Amino acid sequence: MNPIFIDIKEFPQRMQEYKDLKGMDFLRELIGMDWGEEGLGVIYILENSDTHENLEIAIKTTDREHPTLPTVCHLWSVAELYEREVYDFFGIHFTDHPDMRRLFLRNDWVGYPLRKDYDESEAINPVRMESEITEDVQREYEIKEEAELKKINAQTNRISGDQYVINIGPQHPATHGVLRFRLALEGEEIRKIDIHCGYIHRGIEKMSEKLTYPQILGLTDRLDYLSAHQNRHALCMCIEKAMGIEVTDRTQYIRTIMDELQRIDSHLLFLSCAAMDLGAITAFIYGFRDREKILDIFEEVTGGRLIQNYNTIGGVQADITPGFAKKVKEYCEYQKSKIKEYNDVFTNNIITQLRMKGVGRITLDDAISYGCTGGTGRASGWACDVRKRHPYAIYDKVEFKEIIYKRGDCYDRFKVRIDEIKESIHIIEQIIDNIPEGDYKVKTKPIIRIPEGQYTAAVEGSRGEFGVFIESHGEKSPYRIKFRPMGLPLIAAMHKILKGTKIADLIAIGATLDYVIPDIDR
Amino acid sequence: MYNFEIITSAIDHFLHSVMPAQLAVITECVLIAVCTLVAYVAFAIVMIFMERKVCAAFQCRLGPTRVGFWGLLQVFADVFKMLIKEIISINNSDSLLYRLAPYLVVLSSILTFSCLPFDKGLQVLDFNVGVFFLMAASSFGVLGILLAGWSSNNKFSMIGAMRSGAQMISYELSIGLCMLTMVVLSGTMQISEIVEQQVDGWFIFKGHLPAVVAFIIYLIAGNAETNRAPFDLPEAESELTAGYHTEYSGMHFGFFYVAEFMNLFIVAGIASTLFLGGWTPLYIKGFDSFNAIMDYIPGIVWFLGKTFFLIWVLMWFRWTFPRLRVDHVPTLEWKYMVPIGLVNLLIMTICVVMNWIF
Repeated sequence: MNPIFIDIKEFPQRMQEYKDLKGMDFLRELIGMDWGEEGLGVIYILENSDTHENLEIAIKTTDREHPTLPTVCHLWSVAELYEREVYDFFGIHFTDHPDMRRLFLRNDWVGYPLRKDYDESEAINPVRMESEITEDVQREYEIKEEAELKKINAQTNRISGDQYVINIGPQHPATHGVLRFRLALEGEEIRKIDIHCGYIHRGIEKMSEKLTYPQILGLTDRLDYLSAHQNRHALCMCIEKAMGIEVTDRTQYIRTIMDELQRIDSHLLFLSCAAMDLGAITAFIYGFRDREKILDIFEEVTGGRLIQNYNTIGGVQADITPGFAKKVKEYCEYQKSKIKEYNDVFTNNIITQLRMKGVGRITLDDAISYGCTGGTGRASGWACDVRKRHPYAIYDKVEFKEIIYKRGDCYDRFKVRIDEIKESIHIIEQIIDNIPEGDYKVKTKPIIRIPEGQYTAAVEGSRGEFGVFIESHGEKSPYRIKFRPMGLPLIAAMHKILKGTKIADLIAIGATLDYVIPDIDR
Repeated sequence: MYNFEIITSAIDHFLHSVMPAQLAVITECVLIAVCTLVAYVAFAIVMIFMERKVCAAFQCRLGPTRVGFWGLLQVFADVFKMLIKEIISINNSDSLLYRLAPYLVVLSSILTFSCLPFDKGLQVLDFNVGVFFLMAASSFGVLGILLAGWSSNNKFSMIGAMRSGAQMISYELSIGLCMLTMVVLSGTMQISEIVEQQVDGWFIFKGHLPAVVAFIIYLIAGNAETNRAPFDLPEAESELTAGYHTEYSGMHFGFFYVAEFMNLFIVAGIASTLFLGGWTPLYIKGFDSFNAIMDYIPGIVWFLGKTFFLIWVLMWFRWTFPRLRVDHVPTLEWKYMVPIGLVNLLIMTICVVMNWIF
């Protein structure tokens, strides 16, 4: 990967051109970088949603005291949260950004953790015993003539004092983890929404800069624990690509089957939790009953049920067990017969349809602009499946349909997942009998070093595109590693679709967007 | 046919023979209160156990199995746990109303419970405007819920209470219309007499179409009155964590919990009284030996059998349907159920006037 460096002055215009003339309407990644002496910067990976052509842009500034870069959030809406993340970790101000607050860390955090000169001593950032005061004031910045920062609009309130404000989260049954929505209500209707992330931020990207590559593998399963296989697959692929390792066909087949099983597992959990959130507890139990069978298969092959740690650099940890193919085939048959049951008990229920149809619509343009990949994007009519866009493993050799719906409401998002379960079963059935003989793992060097350069890899995770970006300086550990979160774009889109809906709709929308918090927070 | 009045009047005579009249009345009152409360709690325990087992069956689970044989002692363990839990008081809550609310809810529920005719002569409250009293008593339960939400000083509770208020007051109307329909059919408001009239045929058969419509509307509205799924918006756990009783703990919470279960029993009990003939056995004209066998089954068994069948149906609803959204609830009531109920009442009146009933 070789990003094109663009000068700050030309930057806004060039980006506008890329978007308008070249049709680069999907911002795949926005990666904050600290190149030490060379300055701070941002790498943008753009994609044309029709031709799937990619473009890497980079921009940097040498000013470490007040680094300022122009925003792109008017071009790609998702950049609003991405840029807040970069501000949080690198201290780069984005001019004309409407809401330049920290995204994950507390407002009183000192320093910017992902900078290379960050002081980690505990004296600077002790464990704070008092609770964080919620900032209701948003700040905008613009550059004055002397290239100095000036605060403008410092008094624009996001949520003013006289509104009926409730917190959904951080501990709430329907947020599926520790995410906090601050809602300003009028009756039951949502007027304003402010999303606070970071309650489960573990600094995985920061930790990774000190760990060796095999050690980092262990952390990927803990990002989105419902696409543990895919996450790890992406990182292994990226490292293998960088080191020039060719994995065997057997590995590719095993990885594909495991990815698809993981996808079914995640979708089953999705639809049972969606049912639970809408109050249908029986459907919830049905989903979990069937998911248990996949977990049993995982346990037999990998030793783990939720976190499997199965993929490894150059292959997989252990060969599949002798009864694996038989069990998987049995499971596929079983699962096919159960999908009708979910539809009978939940999907076709009149109340479910009332709750879901027409609620929380995301238009195609919004889906692309917010980068909502995965089932959410496909429900809005965007063909965004990485397995089709940039095939990896053996997805170009199997035949499967990309499920696409048009309306983009909760109901379509729900249906996409149900249909995808069928497609995943279809994929598995095609290859389960033809797993080629061979080694399940190729030999690698005992110490893994990646040659200098920047590398990316992406897989279709259970809920969207999961990407890995590695910048290596030839060491045992990466100089910078960035995981593309699947959930953050979904959260960003919530801002837009929630206004004017009811509290109950928030629950339905949150359930069908299908985010997993540890993936958002990393 | 059994008549429970033989036993009650025997006790009455006995008490009057051993003590002065006034003391006898007081003793009877105490006896009745104790019996009612014991029955109330006993039914609550049966219902909680039943709910667990029924729900487990629907969900392909086993339900409680560890405590006692077949999990029979589970409910007792739960009640014991709830009794020894601390009742937490909340800062800045309206302390009097906060404490009063659960008692209001449970009081309303007990009063309504006393109106149920378990068997011939086995009924605590029975007078000529029985149906009227029953509606009045069941209506003020919503007051307790509103107070609970208001006094807790919690925003979730507040929203839950408001939802509950809007919902229960609306659905009260449908319940009233259905009861009125049956009052038109029977021509009396006295509950014992309503049951008495069904000896030669349950009202759901006598009143044919309008009675069936009223029965269905009553079941839906009754489900809404008990705040159970699909109408459990006031305590929608995925939206409002626990709604109006978020801040309650220990036995205060227990009161809400028990009252909710007993309201379910009461709704089913009233439905079986008004539509399925209460304690009257099932007779089929012409099958004399069959009818004679039916006579051997005591009335209380008939009543409880019908009631628990309806409870089972309502539990089936509860564990199958997802939750309605807050704006669907009034829509269903005001756009569909009230107009249908009114028309149904008119049809019933015409049927009665024209004597088109069986």
